[in-house]
Amino acid sequence: MLKFLARRLGLALGILFVLSILMYLLLDVALDPLDDLRTNPSPNRPVMIANRVAMLELDQPVWVRYLHWLGRFVQGNFGMAWRSGQPVNAILSTAIPTSIQLVFASTVIAILLGVTIGVVSALRQYTAFDYAITFVSFLMYSLPIFWVAVLLKQFLAIGLNDYINEPTINWMIVGGVALVSGLFWVGAIGGEPRKKLMVFVCAFAATFGVLAYALLSGWVQHPSIGIIGVSLMALATAFVVSVLFAGLNNRRALGAALTAAVVGIGAWYGCQWLFFYVEMSMLWMLGLLVLAIAVGALIGWLWGGPDRAVSMRGAVIVSIVVSVLVFIDRVFQGWQQYSQMGTIRGRPIATIGAETPGLGGDFWITQLDRFTHLLLPTIALVLISFATYTRYQRGAMLEVMNQDYIRTARSKGLPERLVIVRHALRNALMPLASIVPVDFIAMIGGAVITETIFSWAGMGRMFVTSLAQSEVDPIMVYVMITGGLAMVANLIADFLYAVIDPRIRVDA
Amino acid sequence: MTNYDDSPVRGGAAQGPQAEQAATASDPNIASDLAPVDAALTADGATGRGEGVGQAKETEGLSQGQIVRARFLRHRGALFGLITLSAITLMSVLTMGLGPIRGLWKYQDHTRSGDMVNGGEPSLRLPFAGGGFAIGDHPFGQDSIGSDYFALVMSGVQTSLFVMLVLGLTAMIIGVTIGSISGYYRGKIDMVLMRFTDLIITLPVLILGAVLGRLLDVIPIKLDATAAQREALKANMPLLLAVVLGMILWTGLARLTRSEFLSLREREFVDSARVAGASDWRIITKHMLPNAMGVIIVNVTLLMSVAVTLEAALSFLNFGIKPPNVSLGLLIADNQGAFATRPWLFWWPGLFIILIALSVNFIGDGLRDAFDPRTRKIPSDRAMKKAARELAAANPAAAIQEAK
Repeated sequence: MLKFLARRLGLALGILFVLSILMYLLLDVALDPLDDLRTNPSPNRPVMIANRVAMLELDQPVWVRYLHWLGRFVQGNFGMAWRSGQPVNAILSTAIPTSIQLVFASTVIAILLGVTIGVVSALRQYTAFDYAITFVSFLMYSLPIFWVAVLLKQFLAIGLNDYINEPTINWMIVGGVALVSGLFWVGAIGGEPRKKLMVFVCAFAATFGVLAYALLSGWVQHPSIGIIGVSLMALATAFVVSVLFAGLNNRRALGAALTAAVVGIGAWYGCQWLFFYVEMSMLWMLGLLVLAIAVGALIGWLWGGPDRAVSMRGAVIVSIVVSVLVFIDRVFQGWQQYSQMGTIRGRPIATIGAETPGLGGDFWITQLDRFTHLLLPTIALVLISFATYTRYQRGAMLEVMNQDYIRTARSKGLPERLVIVRHALRNALMPLASIVPVDFIAMIGGAVITETIFSWAGMGRMFVTSLAQSEVDPIMVYVMITGGLAMVANLIADFLYAVIDPRIRVDA
Repeated sequence: MTNYDDSPVRGGAAQGPQAEQAATASDPNIASDLAPVDAALTADGATGRGEGVGQAKETEGLSQGQIVRARFLRHRGALFGLITLSAITLMSVLTMGLGPIRGLWKYQDHTRSGDMVNGGEPSLRLPFAGGGFAIGDHPFGQDSIGSDYFALVMSGVQTSLFVMLVLGLTAMIIGVTIGSISGYYRGKIDMVLMRFTDLIITLPVLILGAVLGRLLDVIPIKLDATAAQREALKANMPLLLAVVLGMILWTGLARLTRSEFLSLREREFVDSARVAGASDWRIITKHMLPNAMGVIIVNVTLLMSVAVTLEAALSFLNFGIKPPNVSLGLLIADNQGAFATRPWLFWWPGLFIILIALSVNFIGDGLRDAFDPRTRKIPSDRAMKKAARELAAANPAAAIQEAK
């Protein structure tokens, strides 16, 4: 294994080195740092050109410049974006966190959503639901993201902001959304016509009711979750997790999940005091999350029983969900204060940028500001990228469902839920090991077009502006970072796959 | 996840809706380790379960081409895609002409500005909107300088289709050549070629494409080209861009062809050809390539759908096609600020990008089903029940027997 890793790492370094040479040569041709001076009418043009040539060492041959660059790069000095005079290291220190912020949430959501829908679509193969999902995912895949982004800005952001200022309810849209939700659940759950009708009516009524409540009670203007919302959602999560992963017959697992939910609801009160008296930070949040996971694991362990791992897993999932709920609840509590701040001007949903400049406010207000800025780009990215996961997961699941061991599991009389969750899903999730690391690491490179449209000063935007302004140093750093990370990601993917799948030997 | 619109690096595993095909292709070594296992499993399944019995009857006496064609035409999505794509192509060629041949539309010069009619609003009227059907003077409206938007969009469609075709062809030639050579000869050649492929794959396509697009823009200035040369370069910009993009998009195809060749070269018919004294060239072109053609065609098609959005994205970022050429991405980029006042400038090019990409995706999906011998047409529940009812009506005794 070590030999394999060493060989791959060495190879990756070699490829990166060659890549840097090729890229530098290519950029030397593709960039024209003198373009604005060539057409400059000023009389001292030759002097200006000479100055710039001296500054950028353009009189040296390209390989000398490359060696200079390489020497600096190896020492960790990434050079200068010469048009603005900013050192690249300084740009990177803000650009990388910005890119990660932008892409993290959307990658996680896209994976969860895409995988779930893909699995369901595979289980309902050759039904109208399956065909509809296939069509929608093809459509999403064909959408240009810059087009979607402009539409979102125009309709979602402006519409929501207008609505918040001046609520007028469009019942046609509410009815339409409820109808789509009803049809979706009918397709996903399936069954006999009677059951289908019931599912449709329930889903339609529930969606319609929730939407109508949110609109009529002014929830959209003052979003909040509150202790009631947190409790309801926590208990519902506990039930859903138990049904999916343990089955309601496993009383211990259900007990563990419910206990975790109740403890989480209790923790809500504690957290209100904590959040009030202590100034929070991201580090605190992470610490509290880890604490919640530990408590969840402990609860599951105490419930124990013959299948201890199942109880623990369920309780941990519930405690993670409850922690997120408590966090979101506290963030929403600042909504009133936030939407009335002077810099917001009553239009809370932002269309550009990563944060409101000169906002002020405490940790929670900053988080809320981040939420409102993340909303549009996240939706755009999820819309574009979840389709691939859906198709991928559908294919993997279909492959697994045709295997003989699934037939064996069915023929020995296991309930369908167990066949799907324990025998099929686990194997169908294996191929994800080869794409999830790649996607996660790639997000540091940022989403070039999304950042450009929404004016996020991330890595992708740094690349685009530098390319347009002929600045070689930022581009080279960007290329080296994305290239290096791609190699690391592929290495991790292969490694993970080898660990999960015993059929693969990496030593060979 | 992402298509090339939004770039995150994807190692080089096949991407897109069809990504399931290459579930484990992130490393060729591992993929090839895995391949025999999978093959064994599926082969076992095909014989062991008695599947494919009905299939043999269905395909009896038909040539490979006939089987593929029949299967393709059975795929409703693919048929829809084919019809839509042909209609769009026909419409753009008929109205705007092809190269030097003039089209039928009255505004042939899309750069010419004109007087604003009715604030530049589209004159296209559809029957269900009331007022009956009418095309009018400017069916898609006029842009900010009064040019006919229908002419612009149709020229953009032509550019997109042209880029798509040239890109697919370039990528296919390079990818298949490299893939087949390294799969056939293996050893050192394979090693060198595959490391070269890794090198290209390392960077996201959008990044390389942007740098190369910028290169095409700068070269005439750097070389102090004459005005005539610059004009010639400008006029051929779509061609150059397509070739350049094809030169970076071939990697996935090369890997697929290679793995296909690695398994094909162990087959008996290749051995027998070799024993009969066929040259390497003949074995590759006559015996192996035709057997790998299905995979190649399907993946080139999918590459083309990526090409449409990639070209639009590059033009949107201003590293792709430049005026006076027209492209759909460029039209959107130019007019995104006008959305609030003149939304049609934004709707039409977007609609055509989506239609083209969607059709090509569906065609690719249909082709994959057509070439894959494992796919069968599965009758829906309703069809099964109907068949059972018909059977019962025709032969009640047998149905009762079966029910027992």
